Amino acid sequence: MTAKKAGVRPGTVLDPAEPDGPRDTAWQRAKDGYRIVSPLNRRKFSVIVVGTGLAGAGAAATLAELGYDVTSVTYHDTPRRAHSVAAQGGINAARAKKVDNDSISRFVTDTVKGGDFRGRESEAFRLAEESARVIDHMNAIGAPFAREYGGSLNTRSFGGVQVSRTYYTRGQTGQQLQVAAASDLARQVRAGRVKQYVRHEMVDLIVKDGRACGVVVRSLLTGELKPLMAHAVVLATGGYGNIYFRSTLAKNSNASASWRAHRRGAHMAMPSFIQFHPTALPISSEWQSKTILMSESLRNDGRIWVPKDPADARPANDIPEEDRDYYLERKYPAFGNLTPRDVASRAAKEQIDSGHGVGPLKNSVYLDFRDAIARLGKKEIAARYGNLFHMYTDATGEDPYTVPMRIAPGAHFTMGGLWADYQLQTSIPGLFVAGEAGFSYHGANRLGANSLLSACVDGFFTIPYTVPNYLADKLGQELVSTDDPAVTQAMEDSYARFDRLLAIGGTRPPRDFHRDLGEVLYAGCGVARTKKGLMEAIAKIRAIRADFYRDLHIAGPVDRVNQELEYAGRVEDYLELAELMCVDALEREESCGAHFREEYRSETGEAKRDDSTWAAILAWGTDSWEGTPAFIRHVEPLNFDAVPLVVRDYR
Amino acid sequence: MRLTVRVWRQATPTGAGRFETHSVEGLEPSMSVLELLDKMNHDIALEGGEPVVFESDCREGICGACGIVVNGRPHGPIKRTPACHQRLSSFADGSTVTIEPFRSGAYPVIGDLMVERAGLTEIMQAGGHVQVAAGTAPEADQDRITYSEAEEALDFAACIGCGACVAACPNGSANLFLGAKLAHLAKLPIPAAERGSRAAAMVEEADRIFGPCSLHGECAEVCPAGIPLVAVSWVNRERLRRGVLGRDS
Repeated sequence: MTAKKAGVRPGTVLDPAEPDGPRDTAWQRAKDGYRIVSPLNRRKFSVIVVGTGLAGAGAAATLAELGYDVTSVTYHDTPRRAHSVAAQGGINAARAKKVDNDSISRFVTDTVKGGDFRGRESEAFRLAEESARVIDHMNAIGAPFAREYGGSLNTRSFGGVQVSRTYYTRGQTGQQLQVAAASDLARQVRAGRVKQYVRHEMVDLIVKDGRACGVVVRSLLTGELKPLMAHAVVLATGGYGNIYFRSTLAKNSNASASWRAHRRGAHMAMPSFIQFHPTALPISSEWQSKTILMSESLRNDGRIWVPKDPADARPANDIPEEDRDYYLERKYPAFGNLTPRDVASRAAKEQIDSGHGVGPLKNSVYLDFRDAIARLGKKEIAARYGNLFHMYTDATGEDPYTVPMRIAPGAHFTMGGLWADYQLQTSIPGLFVAGEAGFSYHGANRLGANSLLSACVDGFFTIPYTVPNYLADKLGQELVSTDDPAVTQAMEDSYARFDRLLAIGGTRPPRDFHRDLGEVLYAGCGVARTKKGLMEAIAKIRAIRADFYRDLHIAGPVDRVNQELEYAGRVEDYLELAELMCVDALEREESCGAHFREEYRSETGEAKRDDSTWAAILAWGTDSWEGTPAFIRHVEPLNFDAVPLVVRDYR
Repeated sequence: MRLTVRVWRQATPTGAGRFETHSVEGLEPSMSVLELLDKMNHDIALEGGEPVVFESDCREGICGACGIVVNGRPHGPIKRTPACHQRLSSFADGSTVTIEPFRSGAYPVIGDLMVERAGLTEIMQAGGHVQVAAGTAPEADQDRITYSEAEEALDFAACIGCGACVAACPNGSANLFLGAKLAHLAKLPIPAAERGSRAAAMVEEADRIFGPCSLHGECAEVCPAGIPLVAVSWVNRERLRRGVLGRDS
């Protein structure tokens, strides 16, 4: 594997520092080897946790409970609003309580295979092992999981899996877990063990002697910049799917904290691995601000189809059975409508691209509950999906009990993110990453309901072991002074950045550039990619970036709430990350999971991996953004022990 | 479609506010009122003005960040629906829409339509939590919560924390929010073990920051999560229970 493309230089071989030996017992052996800090010494160590989603709130609350001096930062007015709140479907756990033959090893197989063998097997084991504790903990702190009539926990099935291991609370699983986690954090704040900064965004990472020692934060109310110092920093700042402008993410979710850490030296792994969720609602107006997500759990009972004849203009209910193409059931009989997300998204795009799309813009496919309602009754369907049906009616004005829903793929979860080793430590010592902000577990595609699990496991049950392991030999080490040149330089850089953006004085608001960028990315680095499309996208992104620095207009002052200035900072970071995403997609000459290069496909048209060359994580360093950027490609080879490399086949 | 928007402008928390009128064109009935603000702000920015500050995030009705008063009603004209799901189809083409911040003494204006709702967080910090440290929880299946108990807990747990209940209340009371939280946690076995002290702490905090409840019922009408009005009765129920029993569980 040699880097050969323009601007790409070979880097180092990365060591994930996994424990040697069998992977099914690796986590226990790792924990046995980790150093710990004695209870009385813990308060001498400061840790900053940025982000208050499931991973961030979990890490901050748990480290504080253990006795560390914790500072928690969020740009929200209150931690509970973090985007974990929006996940609907559920949280997986390999508790194997049922007799459907689930087990830890089956969870690992589903996860590694679902991720198309581009994630770490060792971490899938940790995820499975801690999943039982996560459910217990979240239940205990107030998440009202769905129950069977007898009182035990209920589960349901999710895409890519043939057992029922998804725990849920109606269609609000993320909300209930997030509120519980935020409450856990609130308890620590009131007890004085966590210092909470709300309405503050992280604008830079402070690094001294190669180690993370603090962050620069900016008040979103006054614009004041401030350094916060710590012995270790945990970034739990979520994913960057919003880079596509229209995505299923909350409007404020962004890449800035991760990208600023990257600009200070943290490698960015697999940035092009973006999951397109198959059950988003289609775009219906120019000013629609995002794609609304419907829970994947709908695919448990809903059947996906399009008219066989592209010219068929009849209303859905007038199209008889023989004129419908239930294409997922036809192509993948074993998994049917429950194929993994990448497969379902790609299949929908094929139908839409070949003219079989439905709706006024012919940009969607049907998700039909007719048969399920006939089989189970409207009451049962309402009990299972009522709030989702209500939401759909809200958004579209159509009644899914009587006409099929219309769905389309939308940019959703980012499997890529900051590279971290088995301890969740990035390539900058002292900088840890948790949840979606990091690269881990998911490989090239995330299985449904593994996201809430990974965020909870990272926050509550991984960071509390690995951060102390890092801190243990630093007893007596003073915090870096805020007078230190490393700090003053970071502060000056931050001031200069906002001054520079404000000084451009052009005519176009930041949202305009973001909208253009989103269109370029959907076309060039979307559900399917080609070499030509990626090259074109890179050229267009560079042109948008040049325009941005020439013609950006920011209304309003720097010293009070200025949402345009906030937005401009986000877009500036997206414009760099977007190019790296395309370079990453261009470099990886194979198809795997969510990364589908049309040049690399099997005879039946499915994604075709090249394990001999690309069974590896690519983690990037970048440089020279002021001119022509340079890309340094580091590699971490992957090997599989418990789950042998096989072709993913959902037929 | 076209709408005339009368929108509240207030540059600073202490500065005077005023209504400003904008004519916004090129709208679709399927757009949300937040997307109306997006479009209006785009026009304002292009004309060299300062866009209107407002809060929103998930735009899926679940984060609770958005909250504005539309034509006198928190969130907008459609009952029990968050602003991000309020569609322009509610308004006649060419009509005038008035948009203001949430109005309550406990919600100071930060700028334009953005208000400070930290009082709700303070109620949660006072007692809306459970004293279980990570790793010490019992096996979840050993809690025998029946299906219907779990469902009832969920009905109350659905609160998204937007605070519209306070903005709708003539007294500025947060009792719908508070009651929903107390009911949710009282119905689950492990959290219920602290229900007495939780009620005492949370009710005291809510009384301090927000007003008392005199059962106007406006709160439940605007609640986007459909929290039932009976939630407010849980405030007195839990407070009295603590007073009479004098213990936690």
